[in-house]
This record gives sequence, structure tokens and C-alpha cells, in this order.
Amino acid sequence: MLSKRIIPCLDVAHGRVVKGVQFVDIIDAGDPVEAAIKYDEQGADELCFLDIRASHESRDTLYHMVTEVAEHVFMPLTVGGGVKALGDIENLLHAGADKVSINTAALFTPELVKNAAERFGSSTIVVAIDAKRVEDENGGHWECFTHGGRKPTGINAVEWAKKMSDFGAGEILLTSMDADGTKAGYDIPLTRAVADAITANVIASGGVGTLEHMAEGLSAGRADAVLAASIFHFGTFTIRQTKEFLAARGIPVRLA
Amino acid sequence: MIALIDYGMGNLHSVAKALEKAGGKVVLVKKPEELAQASRIVLPGVGAFRDCIGALNESGMDAAILDFIASGKPFLGICLGMQVLMDASYEFGQHKGLGLIPGVVKKFPDTHPEHGFKIPHMGWNDVVLASSSTPHPVLAPLAGKQVYYVHSYYCAPLNPAHILAACSYGEYPFAAAIGRDNFIGVQFHPEKSQKAGHDLLEAFLQWKP
Repeated sequence: MLSKRIIPCLDVAHGRVVKGVQFVDIIDAGDPVEAAIKYDEQGADELCFLDIRASHESRDTLYHMVTEVAEHVFMPLTVGGGVKALGDIENLLHAGADKVSINTAALFTPELVKNAAERFGSSTIVVAIDAKRVEDENGGHWECFTHGGRKPTGINAVEWAKKMSDFGAGEILLTSMDADGTKAGYDIPLTRAVADAITANVIASGGVGTLEHMAEGLSAGRADAVLAASIFHFGTFTIRQTKEFLAARGIPVRLA
Repeated sequence: MIALIDYGMGNLHSVAKALEKAGGKVVLVKKPEELAQASRIVLPGVGAFRDCIGALNESGMDAAILDFIASGKPFLGICLGMQVLMDASYEFGQHKGLGLIPGVVKKFPDTHPEHGFKIPHMGWNDVVLASSSTPHPVLAPLAGKQVYYVHSYYCAPLNPAHILAACSYGEYPFAAAIGRDNFIGVQFHPEKSQKAGHDLLEAFLQWKP
């Protein structure tokens, strides 16, 4: 049976991991290769690198980092941050990424997603959506936001996810800006609404604080994968502990 | 030397690195004449069927691969590199394959996501070895393991004996590995399947069909 995927996410800037990775036996906490090897040993199903300082000058550093990581771990790598054009996607794929995540650029030029899916295949294109609950006369809906949840776009997040899926995105990396950083759990209604509306895979992100939250995202939220940063970075739980917990709940996971 | 066929469709880095880690000496090969030195071939899978088979036809690599396989040396096709072993594919129209395994390449049916069935089939799934007295030597290390798949199309061999391992996506069973004699094709990506993939590549490098 197809396993649900557990994906640790690493924020990088200038080719270095920037959120505090506190693996006890790691020599250099900022080294993306060491962090990747550690997650590989724990049985992560995939790795996600997001360049949070994506600037034109730092692109080559990012490509170099992706190549380095791809030489050391043999699992799918998703890379995102500042992807604006087909050329950026091509460069990341050539560097060794398996999937490329497009965020803000998709909102400005939706055709980028369509063109990218046609050229590189749906399975390589991930669209990242940052969604936030907004009130309306019908009781509220989720809206796409940019700039870390500060700028509203007026675009309905569920409809947007549907459009991106129809445009050929293979996965939607769905982050709840309301839940992000709270450790109170994924936004389950949002995750479920998107998962039920689209044919693309859904990766739940934002808000995970306990293993129970992971289980909720995959069962009640119907996500295909869960992404988490801090609970893995700070060693609260290992990937293996997470998977053992999920397996005990009857959720299909790969126990490598 | 292991010839890794480069038909200009993308990054072969991870396949090359994974083969090297498994102990192989890898050379990227673009021209048929470069196959003369090769003891084994790996045909990776990148892009669409028509582009792959088109590129192989244009370079004359298709005939060279058939000659190589006829010589009895080991061949491994990965993902699309497995699918081109079939008679034909229905990806973007109908296209002729190498015709080594009778049957065609089909797309998974589109089903409503409520049934939990999404295209592409992407993620970690099983490899159920065909029930025979001795498992295929290249696949034997995978017993009970999961491997990484990314595909919307799958091989449907006419002769069940050509299916060396199976998997199912939702209610749809499909061939996880096909082959006969000295060639084998796998639908999953050994180069992305961590230890299970490493073990398969190691077994392929030691395979004496």
C-alpha cells in the first residue's frame, strides 16, 4: 500500500541551514549535507529545502548545495524559494532536485505552473500555498497570502489549489498561516477542504507540535504527506518515533 | 564499465552517484559506438516516452541497445527506461517501443480524489516479488521493502511470466519489475529509494545472467 510520507523541511540561506538544527551528534549544525544525512538515517521519506533568502546573487550557492546533498542522500528532494521562471526550475532539476516548489510567482503568473508541468512533468512541480482564514458574509473562507502571511491576495485558497492542480501541479504544499508556529496542530478543515477538492497530492504544513497532530493531518485532514520543521530540528521527535506512532494508529507508513 | 545512457533529457547525476556508491564504474554514454566498452547498461527514465524513444531512434542507440541485450550482457531500465522495453506506449499518442516485452504502456485511470486515487502515483510503495521457487537475483534484496515510485503510466505485459514483481496503486495492480533472460526493468527509482535502492543496484552490478 502507498505510504503516507513524512517530510522534514529545512530552511536555508546562502547554502546553509538557518533554523537551529540541534542533532546531538552533528558537528556543524548549519551544514545541509550533514542534516540531510541525519534525516536519511532516521528514515525520512523525502527532504524539502526552502531558500528563505532567495536572491539572484545566492542562486549559484543554492544549486551547489542541492548538488552536494543529492550526492550524499538517495531520496527525493524538493527545493523551493524564489522560483520565478522555467529557467530557475531547469537549473534546480539539473542541480539534483527532484521537485521544485513554486510559491509567489504562481500567483502572479499562473501559466508558469502550466508550462512547467508540461515541460518537466507534473510529478516535478509543487505549488506552495500560504493560506489564512478570512471572514466573509458566509462565515469565512481561506485566502492566499504572500510575504509570510502579511499580504492578502483576494484569491480563494481552495479554488486556487484546484486551479493549480488542473494546471498540472503534482503536489500542493499547503501551509496554514494561522496555524504556523503555534504548535497547536495543522489546520484540519483547510487541509481536508483542499485534499477533497483536487487530484494533486496534498502536503500539510504549519502548526505541528505533537505526533497526534501528524496523525490528524493524515487521517482527518486526508493529506498525502506531512511536512514539519521545528519538531524534527529541535529533536523533539525523530522521524522513526513519528512513524512508529503513526503505524500504531493504523496509518500506512514506511518503516525503513 | 557501466554505460549510463544519456539521451539528453535531464539530470542523471543521482543515478550515476547511486551506481558509483554501489561499486560501479560509470560512464555517461551518448553514442552507440561508446557501448563497445560496456559490460552493463543502465537506461534511466526522464521525460516522456515519445521524447525518450525519439532520442534513442535518432542516435541509433535503440539498435545498439537491442544488440547489447542480444549479446547476453546485463541491462537495467529504470522507470521510463523500463517502459521503452514494451511494444508501445499511449503517452501523448501511440509510440513504438523497443518491443522486447510484448504488451503496452497504459495510463492509470483518472478517478475522483475522494477515492484517494491521485495521479501521478508518487511515493513509497511495495514490491511484491513474483512467486517462483527462486526470486530474481536483482530483486531478491527488496523482499518486504518499500521503494520510491513516481509515474502516471505503467507497463502491462501480455505474458505474466514477464512480470518479475508487482505493486498496486489503490485497486489497480501494475508491474513493478519486468524482464527476461539478461534484462530487467523497474518502475520505481532505485536511485531515490535509499538503502533498498542501493541494495538493488549492488545486486544488479553482481548479476551474472
